[in-house]
Amino acid sequence: MWDKAPEQSSSGRNQKPRARGRGRLLSYREAIREGLLQAMEQDRRVFLFGEGIDDPAGVFGTTAGLQQRFGAGRVFDTPICENTLTGIAIGSSLAGLRPVLIHMRTDFLLMSMDQLANHAAKWKYMFGGATPLPMVVRAVIGGGWGSAAQHSQPLQAIFAHIPGLKVVMPACAYDAKGLLLSGIAEQSPVLFIDHRWLYDEKDAVPAAAYRIPLGKAHVVRKGSRLSLICVSFMRKLALQAAAELAKEGIDVEVIDVRTIKPLDMVTINRSVGKTGRALVLDFGYSFCGITAEIAARISRDVFGSLKAPVYRIGLPDTPTPASPVLEKCFYPGPDAITDTIRRIMRGQKRVGKHR
Amino acid sequence: MTRLPFPVTLARKIYTSMVRIRSFEERICRLYSQQEMRCPVHLSTGQEAIAAGTLIQLRRQDYVVSTHRNHGHLIAKGAALKSMFAEMYGRQTGCSRGKGGSMHMSFPQAGIAGTSAIVAGGLPIAVGLAWGSVLQKNRRISAVFFGDGAVDEGTFYESLNFASLKKLPVVFVCENNFYATNSPQKARQTNPRIHEIARFFRIPGTCIDGNDVVAVYTAAAGAIERCRKGAGPSLIEARTFRWKTHVGVESDLEKGFRRQEEVALWFRRCPVKRFERYLLSRGMVSQQWIDTVRESVDKEISRAVEFARNSPYPRPETESTDV
Repeated sequence: MWDKAPEQSSSGRNQKPRARGRGRLLSYREAIREGLLQAMEQDRRVFLFGEGIDDPAGVFGTTAGLQQRFGAGRVFDTPICENTLTGIAIGSSLAGLRPVLIHMRTDFLLMSMDQLANHAAKWKYMFGGATPLPMVVRAVIGGGWGSAAQHSQPLQAIFAHIPGLKVVMPACAYDAKGLLLSGIAEQSPVLFIDHRWLYDEKDAVPAAAYRIPLGKAHVVRKGSRLSLICVSFMRKLALQAAAELAKEGIDVEVIDVRTIKPLDMVTINRSVGKTGRALVLDFGYSFCGITAEIAARISRDVFGSLKAPVYRIGLPDTPTPASPVLEKCFYPGPDAITDTIRRIMRGQKRVGKHR
Repeated sequence: MTRLPFPVTLARKIYTSMVRIRSFEERICRLYSQQEMRCPVHLSTGQEAIAAGTLIQLRRQDYVVSTHRNHGHLIAKGAALKSMFAEMYGRQTGCSRGKGGSMHMSFPQAGIAGTSAIVAGGLPIAVGLAWGSVLQKNRRISAVFFGDGAVDEGTFYESLNFASLKKLPVVFVCENNFYATNSPQKARQTNPRIHEIARFFRIPGTCIDGNDVVAVYTAAAGAIERCRKGAGPSLIEARTFRWKTHVGVESDLEKGFRRQEEVALWFRRCPVKRFERYLLSRGMVSQQWIDTVRESVDKEISRAVEFARNSPYPRPETESTDV
């Protein structure tokens, strides 16, 4: 059972979260699948459901073969009624199970807003903590290939805005598995958002089950001149930008927040306190977005250390377009980051366009 | 009324349950103007037979999900009156520790999984509870109460579909009191015969007089038996009327929302009086027994109110706990 198999078990003792190179190379998609599989192996209360999760494609391969392994009672296809499915997750959680509800697109979460925001997020609090509510809702972001306006929305800020929901956004295979196992073991609702563009990215992942605690950011690369704080896919771009800038002698620290709620401001503030400069990156809309929250907190908490204003890069305030030419304008690339950092370092007054 | 389908001892328990619900809410009406219960109250006065006739048949571990109009369901399923009053008085000893108020009470130790003040919000949760029972093979069944307003919502249909698809042990109880706040059913629904909708999903749907506790008991017994056999869900449309306004302690007549004749008709159909007359006329109980029940319930409620008033308020710092 879960409660007896925390991170300190077989894997946790000698396999600290930061201990790299000990696992096999596993893709992000395989890591998610392995996380789901091990959660189900270790705890009979865990079950998976969602539209099409049992088909051969298996949600981009992340659920492939799991029904064959665990049976149709614990891995099953559903009617297309996202809101009701979310309520069913709540009810089955109250009955002692640990549901994982899977959506292939984050856009579909808007169909389940009532049960997510009015019920799942509130249930524990409004009954005075009478019952825990472990449940994971997993959804996928990342557009491209003309996915356009209704199949590509990164809506993490909307969910993080709602008290009572935790929001987890892993950006590498190692984190994906460890955060998924933690999310399933939580005692309150967790929204787990994985990014399609990372599915083939490989990373060292221990074979045993392990957990990464929610609310712990990860300093992915150490640096001294500027803190690059990133969410989800932006970590990949951030590391590319940091490597590029290193050639120019600009030493950038990269921090992956990993969970946007709870948010680890301690790690972020410690970094910005040291570097004195911050650029916050989100694969989400800048307006009223996560970057705004992080920037505001940095400005309040370590104002005295800042050598420049806190800048941010996110998605523009428009729906996602379809044409590859327009998509290119919509999604920021590594150049947007390197350019912005160079301007910050030069102390320029005007940094970036809409970003 | 039909022949009594249960023994006299059970009849007495059901009657007592109805009196407890009625008296509980009458006491709220009496005390509400003191403004010590500082939360909206949605009273179920006039609808007691549905809660009592159904829930007396459930086991303690069976689940119930209810709505903002939940007092009757909680009482009939076995919630403690003192913790309910304490909740309405906003106290630490309330069943939701002062965080829910009248609209959000749960009592997990008696199977009351929670109450939603979003119309139809409880339906999929009850279906999920039933799914949890099936997957864990623990034989618990799940009853969900909702008004006719819930039938306007999409999740009503989705919940019926899923429950039927997976043959889940759910008793859907629609308390059709003909109004969603003040919008009459006929202004909202094409087919006023809610029980017919169930049949589309291959769920047995019955329509009963919700003010006749014997009819409620009989319909619920059938639905519960189906659940216990693993035959799947049922829907009961229990037609009734709420005596009080949607929210608050006044009546809709005083507010001018209802016609005099309509209200008078339903007052004559009072479920408590009706069952009382029924039991008395058949010599199943004596007037003296009834007086004793009413007196002891009255005392129980006084003690509950005293408990609530003497309880401490939550510590301010608990505002941020239980998120």
